[in-house]
Amino acid sequence: MEKKIRVLIAKPGLDGHDRGAKIVARALRDAGMEVIYTGLHQTAEMIVETAVQEDVDVIGLSLLSGAHMTLFRDVTKLLKEKGMGDVLVVGGGIIPEEDIPALKKAGVAGCFGPGTTCEDIVEFIKKNVKR
Amino acid sequence: MTEKGKKTDASASENMPEMKTKFETLSGIPLKSLYTPKDISDLDYDKDIGIPGEYPFLRGVHSTMYRGRLWTMRQFAGFGSAEETNHRYKYLLNHGETGLSVAFDYPTLYGYDTDHPLARGEFGKCGVAISSLKDMEILFSGIHVDKITTSMTINGPAAIVWGFYIANAENRGIDRRVIGGTIQNDILKEYIAQKSYIFPPEPSMRLIVDTFEFGSKEVPCWNTISISGYHIREAGSTAVQELAFTLGDGLEYVRWAVKRGLKIDDFAPRLSFFFNAHNDFFEEIAKYRAARRIWAKELKALGAKKPRSLLMRFHTQTAGCTLTAQQPEINIVRVTMQALAAVLGGTQSLHTNSMDEALALPSEKAVRIALRTQQIIAEESGVTNTIDPLGGSYYVEWLTDKMENETYKYFDRVEKLGGVIPAIEKGFFQREIAEAAYKYQKETDENKRFIVGVNKYKMDEPVEIPILKMDEKGEERQINRLKKLRKDRDNAKFERNLGRLRKAAEGDENLMPYILDCVHSYATLGETCGVLREVFGEYKEPAIY
Repeated sequence: MEKKIRVLIAKPGLDGHDRGAKIVARALRDAGMEVIYTGLHQTAEMIVETAVQEDVDVIGLSLLSGAHMTLFRDVTKLLKEKGMGDVLVVGGGIIPEEDIPALKKAGVAGCFGPGTTCEDIVEFIKKNVKR
Repeated sequence: MTEKGKKTDASASENMPEMKTKFETLSGIPLKSLYTPKDISDLDYDKDIGIPGEYPFLRGVHSTMYRGRLWTMRQFAGFGSAEETNHRYKYLLNHGETGLSVAFDYPTLYGYDTDHPLARGEFGKCGVAISSLKDMEILFSGIHVDKITTSMTINGPAAIVWGFYIANAENRGIDRRVIGGTIQNDILKEYIAQKSYIFPPEPSMRLIVDTFEFGSKEVPCWNTISISGYHIREAGSTAVQELAFTLGDGLEYVRWAVKRGLKIDDFAPRLSFFFNAHNDFFEEIAKYRAARRIWAKELKALGAKKPRSLLMRFHTQTAGCTLTAQQPEINIVRVTMQALAAVLGGTQSLHTNSMDEALALPSEKAVRIALRTQQIIAEESGVTNTIDPLGGSYYVEWLTDKMENETYKYFDRVEKLGGVIPAIEKGFFQREIAEAAYKYQKETDENKRFIVGVNKYKMDEPVEIPILKMDEKGEERQINRLKKLRKDRDNAKFERNLGRLRKAAEGDENLMPYILDCVHSYATLGETCGVLREVFGEYKEPAIY
């Protein structure tokens, strides 16, 4: 039997907007993945710790506060330090187009803004998951 | 109907059958094609509808409405440092805005100073950073706080930030009795939807009742709460849920204040509301109208005697969650319709979103167009001439009544769960909202619901819209200001005041006077809130999806 993709949906920082994170968590579960949701107010350390503990294949970061350039990159940096650079990291939220190249360079493989369908995210993960 | 009419109708349904099998409001209320006097035959005009300014206030809270005074044009704004936001306020006022509305950044919303480790990356990102009275002085420098009213979207640390505002006015020689404005101060919807909470429910409710009591005696022109449905709706609720949960929260605050021993007519006139203006035009209008009637009925039942205590006065913001990142200019049209619904629904104050807000904080040009949208409705459309122009419409009256009935069903369900706070602790509201949000997304993904530019009439062209750039030096400046403040202030006095606040928090006195003493001695937000965190503890929510 094919191994289920394990995904951690995480809310870094102080942002409380969790509508998108919850919808995506549910859509990924409905698509047959195993989903762990961190809940709110996570530091990069907490997220990476959970990712290690849960041995996830994918981390989905959701942030609408505008702090993505700092907080997303904190997570990818820490992942690499922990030898988990092969975990697929994707992000969603209010992310201006011009920030995306720098995020990609830092290891955020895909960014999903308003108007994205859940199907787009599911497909992206299935196509790009490395573990 | 004449024979001829009938014939036309028959051939029409043959040649043009209805395009869908089911028509419903955005919230899923099934609709008929036509409403007639039969649909509202059980409504009594004098008793159930009446005239504006009189019970049950369905048609408006004032007898003259916009003929007497337009709504306040109040754009929610804040980013970066106090200096930058002060500049934006002056820009908006110069362009005809008539009230101010402060957006704070996340560290401020959680009661942390800019130099706190958890503030990392968040400085000034989705609001202005205000860590002390010093920042508040800069934020309002050159602005007539004795003349203009200010709304502040602050909840967990509302009492402290309000303290900054009062202290700033007093230091400028302005009596606290004349300043006007609103603090959001609505913690219940934070637990339910917006999630910027700090303390557990019990001490949070105590702080809120403290502000009610202090406000009614000391700052009588201030709305000490803005009971908010906006965030509930943005989190994905339906219009009915927004209405029911918000009014339910409002009644919970009233119960707590009465339990404390406050007289309902002393504080109820200063309770205000805040609703969303979403896409379904008539449903939104019905929502505002129903809210007025339900509130008046319930407050009367709770023993309020003053007519002012019965008024459901509200601010409206157009729905941020309806803005599209695709073809952002068309958001101007969405906002126009939403704003018109708010005005036809009798709002007292209005924020219109900017077209670029699905991408970033608004640029000056985008926010000016948003403000102009309200000005066009006010000055050109003619809708301000007549009060509640949709009153008496078979459809609107039926829908208003329907929403009221649905609201009472939710009231019953919440009561069965033991009341608002037990229902929060059981995750009831959170689950209801998450369900509705998921359903909405699914319907959109499956093309059962269309969003222009997103799943219909799409275009493949890059979005070219200027994004607001913030002053990169702002954070450094703010941190230096904090350092200097901590060094320069009378630290003995500061320590003494914080100690007194701690002692009072451990007891049951009203905390506002102690908070004001701390604020006046330049205790920072983080320091003051830190004391309360130590005494009250912090709230953690269960992570459910």
